Amino acid sequence: MSEFLAVLSNYDLVGAYWLNIQLTFFAGLASLVIGTILALMRISPIPSLQFAGTTYVNLIRNTPLTIIVVFAALVLWPVLGVEFSTDFATNFFWLAVAALSVYHASFMCEALRSGVNTVPAGQAEAARAIGLPFLPAARLVILPQAFRGAIAPMGNTLIALIKNSTVAAAISVPEISILMKEMMENEGNYVIPIFLTVAVGFVIIVVPIGLAVTYLSQRLAVSR
Amino acid sequence: MADSSVTGVTADDDRGMPAHSGEPLVVLDSVNKHFGELHVLQDINLTVHRGEVVVVIGPSGSGKSTLCRAINRLEAIDDGSITLDGQALPEEGKALARLRADVGMVFQSFNLFAHKTILENVTLGPIKVKKMKTAKAKELAMGLLERVGVANQADKLPAQLSGGQQQRVAIARALAMQPKVILFDEPTSALDPEMVNEVLDVMVALAKDGMTMVVVTHEMGFARKAADRVVFMSDGQIVESADPDTFFDHPTSNRAKDFLGKILTH
Ligand SMILES: Nc1ncnc2c1ncn2[C@@H]1O[C@H](COP(=O)(O)OP(=O)(O)O)[C@@H](O)[C@H]1O
Ligand SMILES: [Mg+2]
Repeated sequence: MSEFLAVLSNYDLVGAYWLNIQLTFFAGLASLVIGTILALMRISPIPSLQFAGTTYVNLIRNTPLTIIVVFAALVLWPVLGVEFSTDFATNFFWLAVAALSVYHASFMCEALRSGVNTVPAGQAEAARAIGLPFLPAARLVILPQAFRGAIAPMGNTLIALIKNSTVAAAISVPEISILMKEMMENEGNYVIPIFLTVAVGFVIIVVPIGLAVTYLSQRLAVSR
Repeated sequence: MADSSVTGVTADDDRGMPAHSGEPLVVLDSVNKHFGELHVLQDINLTVHRGEVVVVIGPSGSGKSTLCRAINRLEAIDDGSITLDGQALPEEGKALARLRADVGMVFQSFNLFAHKTILENVTLGPIKVKKMKTAKAKELAMGLLERVGVANQADKLPAQLSGGQQQRVAIARALAMQPKVILFDEPTSALDPEMVNEVLDVMVALAKDGMTMVVVTHEMGFARKAADRVVFMSDGQIVESADPDTFFDHPTSNRAKDFLGKILTH
């Protein structure tokens, strides 16, 4: 046991997890913003916006995440010229964030839409009846209630995002799964303890988030 | 408030029914509306005058709600025209939103904004639609909540109030926009019996103040006390239109007699 701990101390596990947390944090924020815009498009009264939103969701949700991450590194940056930083590692970090955001935005959109479905139609009608146009009605009446009804599915999307952040390994962002592979290659005797350590690390990150989501979704539920 | 010259029956209106001294405010002219195959509004002609209280009565499914919803364009009509104060209902966008601000609506299921306090429910429209200063909107709202008797509940959420209290708040919310007309779609149908009168009392007071009202209701007491005119709908048509006493005591059509027979036996 103490020998294994000595082996572990040679590697920066915390630093690698920290990358996963940063990927999750930035992609979580961006996917929430994009997902909200997509959801607005899908519930808007304008058919072309509905169509665009629906197309995005169906296209992205059915594309494997790895493909989108690789697309960011091999097309978005070199071909389409999207460069976040001249520093190679920083650029790849943000390309991974972009790919994770684009992908999870489609799930955030659907989570929020399921929240919109928890809001009775009468709420939107009452908002329209006092003279609120679509966007103010959405911002002031529908979305505040929809978010509160969407905490559980959005939390699930966030948890999926934490775990999916390891796909950034596909473009060599040195997050935890890359470190794990490196450790396993170097420390052949400890393959199983290494695996268990990494897995437990994720449990430590994910379980509190799951508990918080459950607590918040009950605490913030709109009483009707 | 609007003028209070509710003098009842004078001249004839376009349908030869008893008319009202006020000028025409809401005018429906040959309005038709389908839901797929179903012809829910069939060639509806109806004029509501300023200060007039029109009660709409009729069997379930006869198109009463659709009529109300067409007047503030929550439902689009197929053909015919609806004008408010001489202006045609706008199709979409800002102009339509402005029109809706002039037409209050009170729903059967109250539809108070569930995440906002009672006070916020009433101030939202004045602040966000009419761009009123917050302090002024609060003052207006408290006055209206006082008037409907729920000022002491101002900081609660809708779910904490009884149905009757919620519906009175909904009336205050509509009044806060200073609308030209208020539409009531079965405002007491979802209420426990002991709460019906507290809502009807508020509505009678509004009628006395000269508010123009279209009220879908089966409350005959209210109709007799407050209505200038009762309109009877059946199968998407206006079958009869008369002052309340004439309608309830001497209905002319078989459909109205039949319907009144059914609701009176209870
Ligand atoms: N959105 C809708 N889609 C299809 N049919 C509808 C819709 N709303 C109402 N209807 C139908 O139109 C008819 C009239 O409805 P409504 O105006 O609600 O009647 P009322 O309020 O008199 O009970 C009913 O048969 C109803 O089922
Ligand atoms: Mg109805």
